[in-house]
Amino acid sequence: MFRKILAVILLLPALSVLASPEKDFDKFVSYFKDRFPNTPYEDYKNGVYSIDASAREQWEAMEEFPPYELNVDRGEELFNKPFKNGNTYGSCFENGGVGIRQNYPYFDTDRNKVITLEGALNDCRVKNGEKPLSYFKGKELAHVSAYMAYTSRGNVFNVQIPNTEEALNAYEDGKRLYFTKKGQLNFSCADCHVYQTGTKLRADIPSPAIGHPTHFPVYRSGMGRLVTLHERFAGCLNRIRAKSFKGGSDELNNLEFFTTFMSNGLEVNGPGSRK
Amino acid sequence: MSTIKMRSKESNGVVTVKALIKHPMETGQRKNKKTGDMIPAHYIQEVHSKANGKDVITIHWGPAVSKNPYLTFKYKGNKGDDVEISWVDNQGNKDTKIGKVK
Amino acid sequence: MKRRNFIKNSMLFAGVLTTLPSVLFAKKSYAAWPKTSFDIKDLTDSVKSVYGHNNLEESSKVKLKAPSIAENGAIVPINVSTSLENVDSIMIFVENNPQPLSSGYQLTQLAEPSIGTRLKMGKTSNVMAAVKSGDKVYTSTQEVKVTIGGCGG
Repeated sequence: MFRKILAVILLLPALSVLASPEKDFDKFVSYFKDRFPNTPYEDYKNGVYSIDASAREQWEAMEEFPPYELNVDRGEELFNKPFKNGNTYGSCFENGGVGIRQNYPYFDTDRNKVITLEGALNDCRVKNGEKPLSYFKGKELAHVSAYMAYTSRGNVFNVQIPNTEEALNAYEDGKRLYFTKKGQLNFSCADCHVYQTGTKLRADIPSPAIGHPTHFPVYRSGMGRLVTLHERFAGCLNRIRAKSFKGGSDELNNLEFFTTFMSNGLEVNGPGSRK
Repeated sequence: MSTIKMRSKESNGVVTVKALIKHPMETGQRKNKKTGDMIPAHYIQEVHSKANGKDVITIHWGPAVSKNPYLTFKYKGNKGDDVEISWVDNQGNKDTKIGKVK
Repeated sequence: MKRRNFIKNSMLFAGVLTTLPSVLFAKKSYAAWPKTSFDIKDLTDSVKSVYGHNNLEESSKVKLKAPSIAENGAIVPINVSTSLENVDSIMIFVENNPQPLSSGYQLTQLAEPSIGTRLKMGKTSNVMAAVKSGDKVYTSTQEVKVTIGGCGG
Protein backbone atom coordinates (compact mmCIF):
# COMPACT_ATOMS: atom_id res chain seq x y z
CA MET A 1 0.00 0.00 0.00
CA PHE A 2 2.69 2.41 1.10
CA ARG A 3 4.75 1.72 -1.95
CA LYS A 4 1.85 2.45 -4.25
CA ILE A 5 1.49 5.86 -2.70
CA LEU A 6 5.20 6.46 -3.04
CA ALA A 7 5.18 5.39 -6.69
CA VAL A 8 2.26 7.61 -7.51
CA ILE A 9 3.73 10.66 -5.85
CA LEU A 10 7.19 10.23 -7.30
CA LEU A 11 5.99 9.52 -10.84
CA LEU A 12 3.95 12.65 -11.35
CA PRO A 13 6.40 14.92 -13.19
CA ALA A 14 3.51 16.90 -14.59
CA LEU A 15 2.69 18.02 -11.08
CA SER A 16 6.26 19.27 -10.59
CA VAL A 17 4.80 22.14 -8.62
CA LEU A 18 3.94 19.64 -5.92
CA ALA A 19 6.84 17.17 -6.38
CA SER A 20 10.12 18.98 -5.72
CA PRO A 21 13.45 17.21 -5.15
CA GLU A 22 13.33 18.12 -1.47
CA LYS A 23 9.87 16.62 -1.11
CA ASP A 24 10.99 13.51 -3.03
CA PHE A 25 13.88 13.20 -0.61
CA ASP A 26 11.66 13.44 2.45
CA LYS A 27 9.28 10.81 1.11
CA PHE A 28 12.15 8.51 0.15
CA VAL A 29 13.78 8.74 3.55
CA SER A 30 10.54 8.26 5.44
CA TYR A 31 9.73 5.20 3.28
CA PHE A 32 13.02 3.58 4.27
CA LYS A 33 12.67 4.54 7.91
CA ASP A 34 9.34 2.73 7.97
CA ARG A 35 10.69 -0.23 6.00
CA PHE A 36 13.73 -0.72 8.26
CA PRO A 37 12.84 0.79 11.62
CA ASN A 38 15.93 -0.68 13.29
CA THR A 39 18.47 0.77 10.87
CA PRO A 40 19.99 4.07 12.03
CA TYR A 41 19.98 6.58 9.18
CA GLU A 42 23.76 7.00 9.05
CA ASP A 43 24.18 3.25 8.58
CA TYR A 44 22.57 3.28 5.12
CA LYS A 45 25.99 4.16 3.77
CA ASN A 46 26.81 0.48 4.33
CA GLY A 47 24.22 -0.72 1.86
CA VAL A 48 22.99 -4.27 2.32
CA TYR A 49 25.13 -4.61 5.45
CA SER A 50 22.87 -2.08 7.14
CA ILE A 51 19.88 -4.41 6.77
CA ASP A 52 21.22 -8.00 6.93
CA ALA A 53 23.02 -9.31 10.01
CA SER A 54 24.61 -12.41 8.49
CA ALA A 55 26.02 -10.54 5.50
CA ARG A 56 27.20 -7.80 7.85
CA GLU A 57 29.23 -10.25 9.93
CA GLN A 58 31.12 -11.40 6.84
CA TRP A 59 31.64 -7.83 5.73
CA GLU A 60 33.05 -6.98 9.16
CA ALA A 61 35.42 -9.97 8.79
CA MET A 62 36.58 -8.46 5.49
CA GLU A 63 36.95 -5.04 7.09
CA GLU A 64 39.54 -6.54 9.51
CA PHE A 65 41.90 -6.07 6.60
CA PRO A 66 39.97 -5.02 3.54
CA PRO A 67 41.20 -6.10 0.10
CA TYR A 68 40.71 -2.56 -1.25
CA GLU A 69 43.65 -1.28 0.81
CA LEU A 70 45.93 -2.60 -1.93
CA ASN A 71 43.89 -0.66 -4.51
CA VAL A 72 43.94 2.55 -2.48
CA ASP A 73 47.75 2.32 -2.30
CA ARG A 74 47.90 1.86 -6.07
CA GLY A 75 45.36 4.68 -6.50
CA GLU A 76 47.55 7.02 -4.50
CA GLU A 77 50.54 6.22 -6.72
CA LEU A 78 48.49 6.88 -9.85
CA PHE A 79 47.01 10.05 -8.37
CA ASN A 80 50.48 11.45 -7.77
CA LYS A 81 52.00 10.31 -11.03
CA PRO A 82 52.55 13.35 -13.28
CA PHE A 83 51.03 13.64 -16.74
CA LYS A 84 53.41 14.09 -19.67
CA ASN A 85 53.25 17.86 -19.11
CA GLY A 86 54.30 17.55 -15.48
CA ASN A 87 50.95 18.37 -13.88
CA THR A 88 49.14 15.90 -11.64
CA TYR A 89 45.43 15.17 -11.05
CA GLY A 90 45.54 17.29 -7.88
CA SER A 91 46.09 20.44 -9.93
CA CYS A 92 42.52 20.24 -11.32
CA PHE A 93 40.78 20.04 -7.98
CA GLU A 94 40.03 22.05 -4.87
CA ASN A 95 42.38 21.22 -1.99
CA GLY A 96 44.69 19.35 -4.35
CA GLY A 97 42.01 16.69 -4.83
CA VAL A 98 42.16 15.48 -1.24
CA GLY A 99 39.00 15.15 0.85
CA ILE A 100 36.62 16.35 -1.86
CA ARG A 101 34.70 13.24 -2.96
CA GLN A 102 31.52 14.51 -1.30
CA ASN A 103 31.39 17.46 -3.73
CA TYR A 104 30.50 15.14 -6.62
CA PRO A 105 28.35 14.93 -8.59
CA TYR A 106 27.37 18.56 -9.06
CA PHE A 107 25.47 20.38 -11.76
CA ASP A 108 27.70 22.68 -13.77
CA THR A 109 25.48 25.61 -14.80
CA ASP A 110 28.00 26.83 -17.40
CA ARG A 111 28.26 23.55 -19.24
CA ASN A 112 24.70 22.57 -18.30
CA LYS A 113 25.61 19.07 -17.33
CA VAL A 114 26.19 16.86 -14.34
CA ILE A 115 29.86 16.49 -13.46
CA THR A 116 30.79 13.28 -11.62
CA LEU A 117 34.18 12.61 -10.02
CA GLU A 118 35.25 10.22 -12.76
CA GLY A 119 34.02 12.75 -15.31
CA ALA A 120 36.11 15.46 -13.65
CA LEU A 121 39.14 13.17 -13.64
CA ASN A 122 38.78 12.61 -17.37
CA ASP A 123 38.25 16.36 -17.95
CA CYS A 124 41.50 16.87 -16.05
CA ARG A 125 43.30 14.38 -18.25
CA VAL A 126 42.06 15.96 -21.48
CA LYS A 127 42.90 19.46 -20.19
CA ASN A 128 46.45 18.21 -19.64
CA GLY A 129 46.86 16.57 -23.03
CA GLU A 130 46.06 13.01 -21.99
CA LYS A 131 43.41 10.63 -23.30
CA PRO A 132 40.28 10.07 -21.21
CA LEU A 133 40.12 6.66 -19.53
CA SER A 134 37.43 4.00 -19.31
CA TYR A 135 35.04 3.91 -16.35
CA PHE A 136 34.91 0.14 -16.68
CA LYS A 137 37.13 -2.83 -15.79
CA GLY A 138 38.57 -1.36 -12.61
CA LYS A 139 41.65 0.28 -14.07
CA GLU A 140 43.32 3.66 -13.49
CA LEU A 141 40.17 5.75 -13.22
CA ALA A 142 38.66 3.40 -10.65
CA HIS A 143 41.90 3.35 -8.64
CA VAL A 144 42.26 7.13 -8.55
CA SER A 145 38.57 7.45 -7.62
CA ALA A 146 39.06 4.88 -4.84
CA TYR A 147 42.00 6.81 -3.43
CA MET A 148 40.13 10.11 -3.54
CA ALA A 149 37.10 8.52 -1.87
CA TYR A 150 39.34 7.10 0.85
CA THR A 151 40.80 10.54 1.63
CA SER A 152 37.25 11.89 1.96
CA ARG A 153 35.83 9.33 4.34
CA GLY A 154 33.54 10.82 6.92
CA ASN A 155 32.70 13.90 4.81
CA VAL A 156 29.00 14.33 4.21
CA PHE A 157 27.22 14.44 0.84
CA ASN A 158 25.17 17.55 0.19
CA VAL A 159 24.22 17.58 -3.50
CA GLN A 160 22.63 20.85 -4.52
CA ILE A 161 20.26 21.23 -7.45
CA PRO A 162 20.58 24.75 -8.86
CA ASN A 163 17.24 26.38 -9.51
CA THR A 164 17.55 26.24 -13.29
CA GLU A 165 15.43 24.33 -15.75
CA GLU A 166 18.46 22.38 -17.00
CA ALA A 167 19.46 21.27 -13.50
CA LEU A 168 15.95 20.19 -12.61
CA ASN A 169 15.66 18.34 -15.90
CA ALA A 170 18.86 16.42 -15.16
CA TYR A 171 17.47 15.44 -11.76
CA GLU A 172 14.11 14.44 -13.26
CA ASP A 173 15.88 12.49 -15.99
CA GLY A 174 17.76 10.46 -13.41
CA LYS A 175 14.62 9.96 -11.36
CA ARG A 176 12.69 8.83 -14.42
CA LEU A 177 15.37 6.26 -15.33
CA TYR A 178 15.23 5.04 -11.73
CA PHE A 179 11.49 4.45 -11.63
CA THR A 180 10.80 3.32 -15.18
CA LYS A 181 10.33 -0.39 -15.78
CA LYS A 182 12.60 -1.53 -18.54
CA GLY A 183 14.32 -4.40 -20.24
CA GLN A 184 13.25 -7.91 -20.98
CA LEU A 185 12.71 -8.52 -17.27
CA ASN A 186 10.67 -5.32 -17.02
CA PHE A 187 12.28 -4.14 -13.80
CA SER A 188 12.90 -0.62 -12.64
CA CYS A 189 15.77 0.19 -10.27
CA ALA A 190 13.06 0.88 -7.72
CA ASP A 191 11.56 -2.59 -8.06
CA CYS A 192 14.64 -4.13 -6.45
CA HIS A 193 16.12 -1.30 -4.43
CA VAL A 194 12.97 0.32 -3.10
CA TYR A 195 10.08 -2.15 -3.14
CA GLN A 196 11.98 -5.44 -2.80
CA THR A 197 14.92 -4.23 -0.78
CA GLY A 198 15.67 -6.60 2.09
CA THR A 199 13.93 -9.56 0.43
CA LYS A 200 15.69 -12.39 -1.41
CA LEU A 201 16.31 -12.08 -5.11
CA ARG A 202 17.61 -15.60 -5.79
CA ALA A 203 20.83 -15.62 -3.75
CA ASP A 204 21.03 -11.85 -3.34
CA ILE A 205 19.43 -9.32 -1.08
CA PRO A 206 18.75 -6.04 -2.91
CA SER A 207 20.29 -3.18 -0.99
CA PRO A 208 18.29 -0.07 -0.11
CA ALA A 209 18.39 2.86 -2.54
CA ILE A 210 19.65 5.37 -0.01
CA GLY A 211 23.37 5.25 0.46
CA HIS A 212 24.18 3.53 -2.83
CA PRO A 213 26.72 5.98 -4.22
CA THR A 214 28.46 6.70 -0.89
CA HIS A 215 30.69 3.62 -0.94
CA PHE A 216 31.73 3.54 -4.59
CA PRO A 217 33.94 2.51 -6.23
CA VAL A 218 33.61 -0.92 -4.65
CA TYR A 219 36.11 -3.78 -4.50
CA ARG A 220 34.15 -6.83 -5.56
CA SER A 221 35.74 -9.97 -4.16
CA GLY A 222 33.88 -12.11 -6.66
CA MET A 223 35.41 -10.16 -9.54
CA GLY A 224 38.72 -9.57 -7.78
CA ARG A 225 38.77 -5.90 -8.72
CA LEU A 226 37.33 -2.40 -8.36
CA VAL A 227 34.00 -1.49 -9.93
CA THR A 228 32.90 2.12 -10.42
CA LEU A 229 29.33 3.31 -9.90
CA HIS A 230 28.74 3.64 -13.64
CA GLU A 231 30.05 0.16 -14.29
CA ARG A 232 27.63 -1.12 -11.68
CA PHE A 233 24.72 0.86 -13.19
CA ALA A 234 25.59 -0.55 -16.62
CA GLY A 235 25.95 -4.04 -15.17
CA CYS A 236 22.55 -3.89 -13.47
CA LEU A 237 20.94 -2.72 -16.71
CA ASN A 238 22.54 -5.65 -18.52
CA ARG A 239 21.28 -8.03 -15.83
CA ILE A 240 17.67 -6.98 -16.37
CA ARG A 241 18.36 -7.19 -20.11
CA ALA A 242 17.70 -3.54 -20.70
CA LYS A 243 19.55 -1.13 -22.92
CA SER A 244 22.70 -0.14 -21.10
CA PHE A 245 24.66 3.09 -21.24
CA LYS A 246 28.32 4.07 -21.38
CA GLY A 247 30.29 5.31 -18.41
CA GLY A 248 30.12 9.09 -18.40
CA SER A 249 26.97 9.20 -20.57
CA ASP A 250 24.28 11.78 -19.79
CA GLU A 251 21.93 8.97 -18.73
CA LEU A 252 24.32 7.58 -16.13
CA ASN A 253 25.51 11.02 -15.02
CA ASN A 254 21.90 12.00 -14.34
CA LEU A 255 21.19 8.71 -12.61
CA GLU A 256 24.19 9.31 -10.35
CA PHE A 257 22.88 12.86 -9.72
CA PHE A 258 19.49 11.55 -8.61
CA THR A 259 20.80 8.67 -6.49
CA THR A 260 23.44 10.79 -4.77
CA PHE A 261 20.90 13.52 -4.00
CA MET A 262 18.86 10.78 -2.33
CA SER A 263 21.91 9.99 -0.20
CA ASN A 264 22.40 13.53 1.06
CA GLY A 265 23.32 13.63 4.72
CA LEU A 266 25.25 10.36 4.52
CA GLU A 267 29.02 10.10 4.74
CA VAL A 268 31.56 9.17 2.08
CA ASN A 269 32.77 5.66 2.88
CA GLY A 270 34.33 4.46 -0.34
CA PRO A 271 35.88 2.32 -1.50
CA GLY A 272 33.55 -0.35 -0.15
CA SER A 273 34.18 -4.08 0.13
CA ARG A 274 31.51 -6.15 -1.58
CA LYS A 275 31.06 -9.77 -2.61
CA MET B 1 57.20 -2.32 -3.55
CA SER B 2 56.35 -4.78 -0.80
CA THR B 3 53.56 -7.29 -1.35
CA ILE B 4 52.99 -7.56 2.38
CA LYS B 5 50.89 -5.17 4.44
CA MET B 6 50.79 -5.92 8.13
CA ARG B 7 49.56 -4.59 11.41
CA SER B 8 50.50 -5.97 14.81
CA LYS B 9 48.95 -4.97 18.10
CA GLU B 10 49.71 -6.10 21.62
CA SER B 11 47.14 -6.48 24.37
CA ASN B 12 47.59 -8.26 27.70
CA GLY B 13 50.80 -9.92 26.61
CA VAL B 14 49.31 -11.30 23.39
CA VAL B 15 50.19 -9.84 20.01
CA THR B 16 47.65 -10.13 17.20
CA VAL B 17 49.26 -9.98 13.78
CA LYS B 18 47.16 -9.27 10.70
CA ALA B 19 48.57 -9.37 7.20
CA LEU B 20 47.27 -8.87 3.68
CA ILE B 21 49.52 -10.15 0.92
CA LYS B 22 49.21 -9.09 -2.69
CA HIS B 23 49.26 -12.35 -4.67
CA PRO B 24 47.04 -13.87 -7.39
CA MET B 25 46.78 -17.30 -5.66
CA GLU B 26 46.00 -18.77 -9.07
CA THR B 27 44.82 -22.38 -8.78
CA GLY B 28 45.95 -23.57 -12.16
CA GLN B 29 42.39 -24.73 -12.86
CA ARG B 30 41.22 -21.64 -14.70
CA LYS B 31 41.26 -20.99 -18.42
CA ASN B 32 42.24 -17.76 -20.09
CA LYS B 33 38.94 -16.83 -21.75
CA LYS B 34 40.64 -15.18 -24.67
CA THR B 35 43.27 -17.76 -25.59
CA GLY B 36 41.69 -20.93 -24.20
CA ASP B 37 44.97 -21.80 -22.46
CA MET B 38 45.05 -22.86 -18.82
CA ILE B 39 46.35 -20.12 -16.55
CA PRO B 40 49.36 -21.64 -14.76
CA ALA B 41 49.15 -22.31 -11.04
CA HIS B 42 50.74 -19.49 -9.08
CA TYR B 43 50.17 -19.52 -5.35
CA ILE B 44 51.98 -18.99 -2.08
CA GLN B 45 52.98 -22.32 -0.55
CA GLU B 46 54.79 -21.29 2.62
CA VAL B 47 54.57 -18.38 5.00
CA HIS B 48 56.88 -18.00 7.99
CA SER B 49 56.75 -15.57 10.82
CA LYS B 50 59.28 -14.67 13.46
CA ALA B 51 59.18 -12.30 16.38
CA ASN B 52 62.51 -10.77 17.37
CA GLY B 53 64.20 -13.49 15.35
CA LYS B 54 62.36 -16.36 17.05
CA ASP B 55 60.08 -18.66 15.05
CA VAL B 56 56.41 -18.11 15.76
CA ILE B 57 54.52 -19.99 13.09
CA THR B 58 55.09 -21.87 9.83
CA ILE B 59 52.17 -21.97 7.44
CA HIS B 60 51.48 -24.15 4.44
CA TRP B 61 48.95 -22.86 1.94
CA GLY B 62 47.34 -24.54 -1.03
CA PRO B 63 45.63 -22.87 -3.99
CA ALA B 64 42.31 -22.80 -2.09
CA VAL B 65 43.47 -19.81 -0.11
CA SER B 66 41.82 -16.67 -1.55
CA LYS B 67 43.47 -14.18 -3.87
CA ASN B 68 45.35 -11.43 -2.04
CA PRO B 69 45.43 -13.71 0.96
CA TYR B 70 44.67 -12.56 4.46
CA LEU B 71 46.32 -14.07 7.51
CA THR B 72 45.92 -13.49 11.20
CA PHE B 73 47.59 -15.22 14.12
CA LYS B 74 48.58 -14.51 17.72
CA TYR B 75 51.66 -15.03 19.83
CA LYS B 76 52.89 -14.18 23.32
CA GLY B 77 54.79 -10.94 22.87
CA ASN B 78 55.37 -7.27 23.59
CA LYS B 79 54.98 -3.81 22.14
CA GLY B 80 58.03 -2.94 20.10
CA ASP B 81 58.65 -6.54 18.97
CA ASP B 82 59.93 -6.90 15.42
CA VAL B 83 57.56 -9.18 13.55
CA GLU B 84 58.85 -10.65 10.32
CA ILE B 85 56.62 -12.28 7.73
CA SER B 86 58.03 -13.99 4.65
CA TRP B 87 56.48 -16.06 1.91
CA VAL B 88 57.55 -18.33 -0.96
CA ASP B 89 55.33 -19.35 -3.85
CA ASN B 90 55.26 -22.36 -6.16
CA GLN B 91 57.20 -20.43 -8.80
CA GLY B 92 60.01 -19.62 -6.40
CA ASN B 93 59.09 -15.97 -5.84
CA LYS B 94 59.46 -14.58 -2.35
CA ASP B 95 59.02 -11.51 -0.23
CA THR B 96 59.67 -10.49 3.37
CA LYS B 97 58.58 -7.67 5.58
CA ILE B 98 59.33 -6.62 9.12
CA GLY B 99 57.03 -4.47 11.19
CA LYS B 100 56.88 -3.30 14.79
CA VAL B 101 54.22 -4.27 17.27
CA LYS B 102 52.15 -1.32 18.49
CA MET C 1 95.49 -34.03 37.55
CA LYS C 2 98.46 -35.06 35.48
CA ARG C 3 99.39 -32.54 32.81
CA ARG C 4 98.96 -34.93 29.89
CA ASN C 5 95.51 -35.85 31.01
CA PHE C 6 94.70 -32.26 31.59
CA ILE C 7 95.61 -31.31 28.06
CA LYS C 8 93.79 -34.32 26.65
CA ASN C 9 90.71 -33.51 28.67
CA SER C 10 90.82 -29.84 27.71
CA MET C 11 91.06 -30.66 24.05
CA LEU C 12 88.22 -33.12 24.33
CA PHE C 13 86.20 -30.53 26.13
CA ALA C 14 87.05 -27.88 23.51
CA GLY C 15 86.12 -30.35 20.79
CA VAL C 16 82.78 -30.93 22.42
CA LEU C 17 82.27 -27.20 22.84
CA THR C 18 82.72 -26.52 19.14
CA THR C 19 80.41 -29.26 17.95
CA LEU C 20 77.78 -28.89 20.65
CA PRO C 21 76.43 -25.48 19.63
CA SER C 22 75.59 -26.58 16.09
CA VAL C 23 73.65 -29.51 17.50
CA LEU C 24 71.95 -27.59 20.31
CA PHE C 25 71.22 -24.43 18.39
CA ALA C 26 70.71 -25.89 14.91
CA LYS C 27 68.33 -23.67 12.99
CA LYS C 28 65.04 -25.51 12.81
CA SER C 29 64.61 -26.44 9.17
CA TYR C 30 61.17 -25.64 7.89
CA ALA C 31 59.07 -28.57 6.78
CA ALA C 32 58.92 -28.64 3.03
CA TRP C 33 55.54 -27.92 1.48
CA PRO C 34 53.65 -31.21 1.88
CA LYS C 35 52.74 -31.66 -1.76
CA THR C 36 51.21 -35.12 -1.29
CA SER C 37 48.69 -33.94 1.28
CA PHE C 38 47.68 -30.92 -0.75
CA ASP C 39 47.13 -33.05 -3.85
CA ILE C 40 44.80 -35.60 -2.29
CA LYS C 41 41.19 -35.46 -3.45
CA ASP C 42 39.44 -37.45 -0.75
CA LEU C 43 38.89 -36.09 2.78
CA THR C 44 39.63 -39.34 4.63
CA ASP C 45 42.81 -39.95 2.63
CA SER C 46 43.80 -36.33 3.12
CA VAL C 47 43.43 -36.55 6.90
CA LYS C 48 45.38 -39.82 6.94
CA SER C 49 48.21 -38.30 4.92
CA VAL C 50 48.53 -35.45 7.42
CA TYR C 51 48.28 -37.39 10.71
CA GLY C 52 48.97 -40.98 9.73
CA HIS C 53 45.54 -42.00 11.03
CA ASN C 54 41.86 -41.06 11.00
CA ASN C 55 41.21 -40.99 14.75
CA LEU C 56 39.54 -37.61 15.03
CA GLU C 57 37.60 -36.52 18.09
CA GLU C 58 34.93 -33.85 17.83
CA SER C 59 35.50 -31.30 20.57
CA SER C 60 33.65 -28.22 21.71
CA LYS C 61 37.05 -26.86 22.73
CA VAL C 62 37.82 -26.25 19.05
CA LYS C 63 36.07 -23.08 17.95
CA LEU C 64 35.49 -22.80 14.23
CA LYS C 65 34.06 -19.50 13.02
CA ALA C 66 32.67 -19.60 9.49
CA PRO C 67 29.58 -18.09 7.89
CA SER C 68 26.58 -20.41 7.49
CA ILE C 69 25.89 -18.93 4.06
CA ALA C 70 28.97 -17.51 2.36
CA GLU C 71 28.48 -14.15 0.66
CA ASN C 72 30.90 -15.27 -2.00
CA GLY C 73 32.64 -18.62 -2.45
CA ALA C 74 35.83 -16.91 -3.61
CA ILE C 75 36.56 -15.42 -0.23
CA VAL C 76 35.10 -17.12 2.82
CA PRO C 77 36.44 -15.80 6.16
CA ILE C 78 37.46 -18.67 8.48
CA ASN C 79 38.81 -18.41 12.01
CA VAL C 80 39.94 -21.25 14.27
CA SER C 81 40.86 -20.99 17.92
CA THR C 82 41.01 -23.40 20.80
CA SER C 83 41.36 -23.54 24.56
CA LEU C 84 43.28 -26.83 24.24
CA GLU C 85 46.91 -26.68 25.32
CA ASN C 86 50.14 -27.89 23.70
CA VAL C 87 48.77 -27.29 20.24
CA ASP C 88 51.21 -28.36 17.51
CA SER C 89 49.12 -27.57 14.49
CA ILE C 90 45.80 -26.43 13.11
CA MET C 91 44.59 -27.73 9.74
CA ILE C 92 41.56 -26.62 7.76
CA PHE C 93 39.83 -29.10 5.45
CA VAL C 94 37.08 -28.14 3.00
CA GLU C 95 35.45 -31.48 2.25
CA ASN C 96 33.94 -30.72 -1.15
CA ASN C 97 36.84 -28.75 -2.58
CA PRO C 98 38.80 -30.53 -5.33
CA GLN C 99 41.52 -31.05 -2.72
CA PRO C 100 40.13 -30.90 0.84
CA LEU C 101 43.31 -29.72 2.60
CA SER C 102 43.22 -25.94 2.24
CA SER C 103 45.94 -24.89 4.66
CA GLY C 104 48.02 -25.96 7.67
CA TYR C 105 49.39 -23.87 10.54
CA GLN C 106 52.40 -25.24 12.47
CA LEU C 107 52.66 -23.50 15.82
CA THR C 108 55.72 -23.04 18.00
CA GLN C 109 55.50 -22.63 21.78
CA LEU C 110 55.44 -18.88 21.24
CA ALA C 111 52.25 -18.93 19.14
CA GLU C 112 48.74 -18.83 20.56
CA PRO C 113 46.36 -21.42 19.04
CA SER C 114 44.29 -18.92 17.10
CA ILE C 115 44.44 -18.33 13.36
CA GLY C 116 42.33 -16.85 10.60
CA THR C 117 42.34 -16.66 6.83
CA ARG C 118 40.04 -16.46 3.80
CA LEU C 119 39.40 -19.51 1.65
CA LYS C 120 37.96 -20.37 -1.73
CA MET C 121 35.08 -22.80 -1.65
CA GLY C 122 33.84 -24.33 -4.88
CA LYS C 123 30.47 -25.32 -3.51
CA THR C 124 28.51 -25.92 -0.33
CA SER C 125 30.64 -28.04 1.94
CA ASN C 126 31.53 -29.06 5.42
CA VAL C 127 34.53 -27.16 6.71
CA MET C 128 36.54 -29.03 9.33
CA ALA C 129 39.07 -27.45 11.64
CA ALA C 130 41.51 -30.02 13.09
CA VAL C 131 43.71 -29.22 16.08
CA LYS C 132 46.61 -31.50 17.07
CA SER C 133 47.21 -31.31 20.79
CA GLY C 134 49.78 -33.77 22.12
CA ASP C 135 49.01 -37.08 20.42
CA LYS C 136 45.37 -36.45 19.74
CA VAL C 137 43.52 -34.66 16.98
CA TYR C 138 40.39 -32.72 17.89
CA THR C 139 37.96 -31.31 15.36
CA SER C 140 35.04 -29.01 14.82
CA THR C 141 32.96 -29.14 11.66
CA GLN C 142 30.46 -26.74 10.20
CA GLU C 143 28.59 -26.63 6.92
CA VAL C 144 29.11 -23.49 4.85
CA LYS C 145 26.58 -22.96 2.10
CA VAL C 146 27.87 -21.43 -1.11
CA THR C 147 25.24 -19.95 -3.39
CA ILE C 148 25.47 -18.31 -6.75
CA GLY C 149 22.92 -16.62 -8.88
CA GLY C 150 21.14 -13.41 -8.20
CA CYS C 151 21.25 -9.93 -9.48
CA GLY C 152 24.73 -9.37 -8.13
CA GLY C 153 26.19 -11.04 -11.17
